[in-house]
Amino acid sequence: MEQGPAGGSGPAAAGAGGLLLPLSETEQQRYSELFSRCCPPPEAAAGGSSVGELFRASQLPPDTLHQITEVCGAKRVGYFGPAQFYIALKLIAAAQSGFPVRIESIKNELPLPRFMALKNDTEVRYGTPAEFHGVKFQVPHATLEKNSYKRTDEGDKQEPKSPPMSPICSPPASPSTYQRTPLSYGYGKGRSGLEQQHGAPYEVRHSTHQQDGPSSGNYGAKSALTCSTPNRSLSVEREQQDSSTQYSDDPWRITEEQRDYYINQFRSLQPDLNAFISGSVAKNFFTKSKLPIPELSHIWELSDVDCDGALTLAEFCAAFHLVVARKNGYQLPETLPETLLPEYLQAACLKPVRDSALFDSYSEPLPSSQQTRDFGRAEKSSAEEVPDNSALLQDGKKDDKQGLKVSTTLKTIPKEFQHLTVKAAAQEPNALRARPRSRSYSSTSIEDAMKKGEEPPTPPPRPQKSHSRASSLDLNKIFQQNTQAVRSGWLPPPPPALPPRPSVSQEVVLAQPPSKPARRKLRTEAQGLETPELSPTINVTSSLPAVKAHLPVQKQSSKQKRAIQTAIRKNKEANAVLARLNSELQQQLKEVHKERIALETQLEQLRPVTVL
Amino acid sequence: GLFCCQNYPLYIRSVPTENELKFHYTVHTSLDVVDEKISAMGKALVDQRELYLGLLYPTEDYKVYGYVTNSKVKFVMVVDSSNTALRDNEIRSMFRKLHNSYTDIMCNPFYNPGDRIHSRAFDTMVNSMMMQVC
Repeated sequence: MEQGPAGGSGPAAAGAGGLLLPLSETEQQRYSELFSRCCPPPEAAAGGSSVGELFRASQLPPDTLHQITEVCGAKRVGYFGPAQFYIALKLIAAAQSGFPVRIESIKNELPLPRFMALKNDTEVRYGTPAEFHGVKFQVPHATLEKNSYKRTDEGDKQEPKSPPMSPICSPPASPSTYQRTPLSYGYGKGRSGLEQQHGAPYEVRHSTHQQDGPSSGNYGAKSALTCSTPNRSLSVEREQQDSSTQYSDDPWRITEEQRDYYINQFRSLQPDLNAFISGSVAKNFFTKSKLPIPELSHIWELSDVDCDGALTLAEFCAAFHLVVARKNGYQLPETLPETLLPEYLQAACLKPVRDSALFDSYSEPLPSSQQTRDFGRAEKSSAEEVPDNSALLQDGKKDDKQGLKVSTTLKTIPKEFQHLTVKAAAQEPNALRARPRSRSYSSTSIEDAMKKGEEPPTPPPRPQKSHSRASSLDLNKIFQQNTQAVRSGWLPPPPPALPPRPSVSQEVVLAQPPSKPARRKLRTEAQGLETPELSPTINVTSSLPAVKAHLPVQKQSSKQKRAIQTAIRKNKEANAVLARLNSELQQQLKEVHKERIALETQLEQLRPVTVL
Repeated sequence: GLFCCQNYPLYIRSVPTENELKFHYTVHTSLDVVDEKISAMGKALVDQRELYLGLLYPTEDYKVYGYVTNSKVKFVMVVDSSNTALRDNEIRSMFRKLHNSYTDIMCNPFYNPGDRIHSRAFDTMVNSMMMQVC
């Protein structure tokens, strides 16, 4: 799919692999001009460095830029041919307008991309919910391979997501293809070795289009960023890793800012991060988003992977993310994207913690105008990432590596988050490491809209998170327990291999009074078990809040697997017991009815004349 | 077909789309048989196997199997008699899967019991199950 440089011009045929992008006149002119600026005439392809400069000047976060690069096919071909360049420019325009970086976005009419110094507005909008990773052109080949494979998965996932779109074949395919081909980016090489350019280069608008070689590395830095060198390199590395995995055109990745926002919202609903949000609470919350009920129902189906009627933090983040995506116009996927899997999210949640711990090692790159906090966090994560790379899943790493995405808008409580994360730092299992990358994703605009409809962020997180699940019956109790390190809170999510079925440690709250005594009894049995099946057998309404046990410290995946399997077995047993109980109760009810009818009949017989 | 306790259909799906109306009719009439069997049950039969009502009645062309949950949600399955490969165990396992999917749907707070079932996951599961058989 890449199309070879179509004579450098084919404005109308900026078709990456079959994509025919109509470019308006102005677009054509501008693009040609930019292209020629970037690429000395004799060459057919734009030089990596100059293109990098140009892209950086667009003031998009590195993630986005990286993503754009991938989408436009430059990574695939290893250089910026005219087609790729044009597509990239269009994507930049789209990103600056707040659209997700996808091929679909650029099919519409878009304003010209803006390459200016310091433009604060454009940053990634929420449009691409998940990502806006700055486009980092540097992608070391070595890491690329790894990343590419990871990305492939994401790319695949992406593709189903963009069904309506179109005929663009190459861009969707490109993520998958990217992965397979080592990046022969000129940039990449340059960048990888780059030290961060300190914010200054960014400021220097690329009017010169010069590739400051090393400095170009970091698109992530927002225009006014003053990145510290180490950070840059880190981010570069991260980017690379992230890019392969994250840069897939994935609106389903959750950026740091988004994550923070979600976490705050979670807290507003349920102070204990380790606990679950019951179905009814979640229903009310998501109903505020004004999405139609069937869609909310579908989102719930997707995100409540353990089908227990309640949402863990990870599930909640995934659900929230899907809601936001839907509000932004994305079609809901049929299956939960990989990046929204609870395991994945759990790792991501934990990551920030670790990162913060490691943060010291990195000089914090200051996001130019953006939230430093995110940046800091991201840096930390990246710091962690680096050491962890080997141990972690590739995906996980990549995310962290992402430099911090400067996200303008969401500034959820970074500090709190950091606190939490710090605690959680150590243990995640490798699977958890696969945290979603911190993308500099500024979902603010949309999230703001969402926020309007939703509760304001909760106060700073409590230092302790209790393990208890909020259940309708024991809500007070639960809220009172605060405790454990956030890490515990993060832990609940199940190991990657198993569907997240939190074990029910606490009471299972069932809505039905008659069953309450029985339930409580069962509850004790079911402690540590999941009880998703219980509700249906008891014919609990949808609002059944399930109490999920909070898993204590993360175990390793194998242990978790075993634990989960044990929990599943116990859960099934509990389910069977409850089913029996239900049947018995139903039978009793029938008998009582019969007695009543018999008594009434007798009464009728004994009272031949109705007196009343 | 899946019916709620008030015997109105929550979900009906048939694979061979022709004769669909006939299947609907069959399913509705078989509800009577199901009710009869339920009332015939003496003590509460909590064992899940009891929930499986077995072959309701064989007609000339097809067989009808019934299954009721503890909450009186009935599952009715009509299979072609020519499909002799379907053994009782398979039918039971299919009902079990249906039951599990149904409980998953119940977990969804946005689902009101008594609504028609629009869950895509449920659809997928049912379709795959039917494809296996046909």
